[in-house]
Amino acid sequence: MSISTTLPASQYSNYQNKVARSRATSEPVWVRWTLIAIVLLFLTLFLIVPLAAVFTEALRKGFDTYITALTDPDALSSIKLTLIAAAIAVPLNLVFGVAAAWAIAKFEFRGKSILITLIDLPFAVSPVIAGLIYVLIFGLQGWFGSTLLDHDIKVIFAIPGIVLATIFVTFPFVARELIPLMQAQGKEEEEAGLVLGASGWQILWRITLPNVKWGLLYGVILTNARAMGEFGAVSVVSGHIRGLTNTLPLHVEILYNEYNYAAAFAVASLLAILALVTLVLKSFVEWKVARDAQINEKS
Amino acid sequence: MHKKYSKNAKQNILPGFNLSLGFTIFYLSLIVLIPLSAAFIKTTELSFSEFWAVVSAPRVVASYQLTFGASLIGALINAVFGLLTAWVLVRYTFPGKKIIDALVDLPFALPTAVAGIALTAVYAGNGWIGQWLEPLGIKVAFTPIGVIVALTFIGLPFVVRTVQPVLEDLEAETEEAAASLGANRWQTFTKIIFPAIWPALLTGFALAFARAIGEYGSVIFIAGNVPFVSEITPLIIITKLEQYEYASATAVAVVMLVISFLLLFAINGLQWWVNRRATALT
Repeated sequence: MSISTTLPASQYSNYQNKVARSRATSEPVWVRWTLIAIVLLFLTLFLIVPLAAVFTEALRKGFDTYITALTDPDALSSIKLTLIAAAIAVPLNLVFGVAAAWAIAKFEFRGKSILITLIDLPFAVSPVIAGLIYVLIFGLQGWFGSTLLDHDIKVIFAIPGIVLATIFVTFPFVARELIPLMQAQGKEEEEAGLVLGASGWQILWRITLPNVKWGLLYGVILTNARAMGEFGAVSVVSGHIRGLTNTLPLHVEILYNEYNYAAAFAVASLLAILALVTLVLKSFVEWKVARDAQINEKS
Repeated sequence: MHKKYSKNAKQNILPGFNLSLGFTIFYLSLIVLIPLSAAFIKTTELSFSEFWAVVSAPRVVASYQLTFGASLIGALINAVFGLLTAWVLVRYTFPGKKIIDALVDLPFALPTAVAGIALTAVYAGNGWIGQWLEPLGIKVAFTPIGVIVALTFIGLPFVVRTVQPVLEDLEAETEEAAASLGANRWQTFTKIIFPAIWPALLTGFALAFARAIGEYGSVIFIAGNVPFVSEITPLIIITKLEQYEYASATAVAVVMLVISFLLLFAINGLQWWVNRRATALT
């Protein structure tokens, strides 16, 4: 089985290779180029121009201002906090994704489709509501508010709240990527390993994970991008304390609302670079998967 | 240890069922289910008439109209241009196609706050695109049109990425048959191709719509946030929270949650339908 079911399969479209397009099954040249022009215009207006604007605005006041904005102590502490939140959220959701995919893909049990839908829930919830629910639990008025206050533990308007909100919004990514992949691969290889005397953990490390490594990487890339860029959920629980509970996207907002546009776009350009790196890595993984699939087909 | 786990999973010799399912349910409950239930429990502090007064207040109703109206228009724009984009990416070759294909995912990867300030800068009256629209009497930034622009941006990849694989898997033979029977390209598209891709198109549309309803980061910068005019529902929740009106913030949130859950079930049903069609066709 190939894993083309989850990863976008644009590189190995069987459409292009299979049949040479004849005049009867393709459009006239002028139609083709009109459609291409419309699409390019649409994507230029909505994607390319805004992306270019980030970098232009960031460098509008010169390179020195750009560097100053990025090395400002508040900016540095927001970078640090963003990295901390991602460093906790990504591994936790990775472990969850592997566990969920193992249970769902390798075993039959009642309520499986309900479980899959529940795992998808965080995608359907507005980020603002994702923040709100943690305020209801850990906030001063919340379920555990007074207990936390007695023990002098701060969750809301502090780092734990930011980490929790980040975990929530990135919750399904790895699981969603792995479940269909591991379902498609079946369990024969794992069973063979078991018969040959491997323990459960050995099977996981030596058979299952190597088989899904690209899907896993894909999920981690998406999780990380979302974790570092999350705005709405983190905004609700953060309290916007400069230098303490500001993540990169929140720092962008603060600078922007202070009309410090050059600095806001300078910090934003860091996040835009992160997005571009994410897209490059994503394309690389897709290319890798497509190549592996072709090799498998040939052999 | 692993022998113990396998006992419960009938006819399955693989270990780790209890451990993996147990951890999955534990983590899911801790991070998602219990916190979400807090929202529903919190609203029980309000009587039904209080709840109704909060969620049907004129300012809140105006925000629903904007949120759902703009999300619908954004998703429709994406349905049209997303289908075109998928079509062009699958069927035609042109320079820079690979880069364009990768860029389609930009709204997934770009943090919403960055998208928000970038779109505002571009579509403001003195911006790169806004300066050409303003003489025509079209104001985008700080109006409901700005909300539509932001929601179109964040929903852009969904339709492309759901329609693209279906278009790629389409058998060329049926189109050849249609052509040899005398159909022109437009007839082939409407009678052969469109019926095959429209479930995927509908799924992509629903995904873009669902994402747009909850969106916050990219909208608040470009919307101007004028009550009754350009204030979205997620912002209403934030405003109530900042005034420490937790119960009424949660009431509005519950309305949105219920609608989002219904959409999620509809989308899952749609995807199940698309997959069933796909397996039936092959």
